[in-house]
Amino acid sequence: MLEFLSRRFAAALVTLVLATVVVFAVVEVLPGDPALVMLGIDARPDTLAALRAKHGFDQPVLLRYLRWIGGLLSFDLGNSHAYGTPVAKLIGDRLAVTLPLGVLALSWALLVAIPLGVFAAWKHGTAGDWGVMGFTQIGISIPNFWFGIVLVLVFAVTWQVFPSGGFPGWRQDLPGSIKALILPALSLSLGEIAILTRVTRSAMLDTLREDYIRTAKAKGAPEHIVLFHHALRNAMIPVTTVAGLIAGFLVAGAVIIESVFRLPGVGQLVYDSINNRDLIVIKNVVILFTILVLAVNLLVDLTYALLDPRPRVAT
Amino acid sequence: MTAFLIRARRHVGFLLGTALLVLFVGTAVVSLFWTPFPVDELRMRFKLLPSSPHNLLGTDHLGRDVLSRIMVGAQTSITVGLISVALGMSFGVALGAWAAARGGWVDEALSRTSDLIFAFPAVLIAILITSVLGASARNAILAIAIFNIPVFARVTRGAALAMWSRDFVRAASALGQGPFGITWHHVLPNIASVLIVQATIQFAVAILAEAGLSYLGLGAQPPVPSWGRMLRDAQTYIFQAPGLALWPGLAVAMAVLGLNMLGDGLRDLLDPRLRLLRVG
Repeated sequence: MLEFLSRRFAAALVTLVLATVVVFAVVEVLPGDPALVMLGIDARPDTLAALRAKHGFDQPVLLRYLRWIGGLLSFDLGNSHAYGTPVAKLIGDRLAVTLPLGVLALSWALLVAIPLGVFAAWKHGTAGDWGVMGFTQIGISIPNFWFGIVLVLVFAVTWQVFPSGGFPGWRQDLPGSIKALILPALSLSLGEIAILTRVTRSAMLDTLREDYIRTAKAKGAPEHIVLFHHALRNAMIPVTTVAGLIAGFLVAGAVIIESVFRLPGVGQLVYDSINNRDLIVIKNVVILFTILVLAVNLLVDLTYALLDPRPRVAT
Repeated sequence: MTAFLIRARRHVGFLLGTALLVLFVGTAVVSLFWTPFPVDELRMRFKLLPSSPHNLLGTDHLGRDVLSRIMVGAQTSITVGLISVALGMSFGVALGAWAAARGGWVDEALSRTSDLIFAFPAVLIAILITSVLGASARNAILAIAIFNIPVFARVTRGAALAMWSRDFVRAASALGQGPFGITWHHVLPNIASVLIVQATIQFAVAILAEAGLSYLGLGAQPPVPSWGRMLRDAQTYIFQAPGLALWPGLAVAMAVLGLNMLGDGLRDLLDPRLRLLRVG
């Protein structure tokens, strides 16, 4: 068990180190002169030189990379070019919006998808199953940001029960803040619901064919016990894996959804940083997202090991 | 082939998907020759008009005909989708086939690299690339192509590995055919159906990604009409002209739905045991 987890942890660490190399290469080496990217081609030579000196762009590449890694380890990410404030604080403030949004969306997705998938597997081959599958097909095809706009049209423009965007702030207005996250979370979860429903359905179909399910039915266990107690527990293994994968994509999906609802989250920060050409913020946010994705995957491996003893030995 | 057609005629999803795809491609083709109005004609006096017999889907904030712009927007979607999937597929299939043929450290290195790319959410890669290289349709294509490479590499490697253990491939090897010849003559033709199905699904994913990128302003630049950017513009006027925000999104959804249904249908018809990678 411990060996399995430490091996996974080592693999994640290697991935993370490689990721920092890739991100650094893309952001600071690929464009040639990062100062030129940040200031634009019309910048005066002395301004360029000043910016290079300020952020250390005039130093050797390897030194710059090591300095960045050192900063990452000590949570000193440097100052944002556009805002002038420390990047770590900037990201921390924005996470207070993005993390609750992601958690809300994922919880909602699991809450809807698992019963829906169990239902479809239970009613396999009937109209109910077809209906659910049709819904999932539409769910993966609709762009989530458009779904968000449609939700705004219905709930903000026509019925005016939810705000069309913006975020009042947790301290200023707690109920208002929760309300402001509901439509974004709903739109963020649409595609995830579709995918998780499909995974739950097919995992349930696989387990429902097992001998022990037949045994449970034969000894007269009630249907809901067979479905939820016997079958769902085993079917949860693939569902957990996919939910973990999805968690990473939720974070990325937040970039667009936060832009739709003008939420001051990390996604919006990325968007603004692109427009401001704030490379210092961009590279740190991307690494942060990568760490989040890797952490979630590790967490999934952990739950995996708890749910099913087999992979502990298998790797 | 005829057996395929007979089964295809009974597959509802496949038929619906084909119909939607024909509509999608047909719209783009027609728009090359004809649109109800010139696509960039500004008529400020007629801005934000609702649907009418004259402008079927109304006009946008610059008085341009929305239907005409949606028709031309289909061209943008198809161009970005086709080129990025073709690029990603060429590199991905080549790498995957190479990994399967060589095995050993080549296989290991390629698999680890594709794991690494999978660790980054696709949208982030795209954002990173376009933010450094600049926002344009070309860079959007590049970004989408890059996240398609590992998808095709994985699918190809998996399918090709299965082929390499088959008797006819071993026979070819025993007869002295090299790994390149075997891959080209025996492996690739036999995994073509897997690749076609995956390409259809990736086309759908690419259209969604293009819409997302151009919604963020990172795709095709104005005045080129793109569905994503039309949605961004429409959102600004959502209180004055709510209808504007519906049509471009509906166009994306129908194109993607068609491709997804076609892909699933093809999978059922070609090989029901296929499992697809679905990576957004």
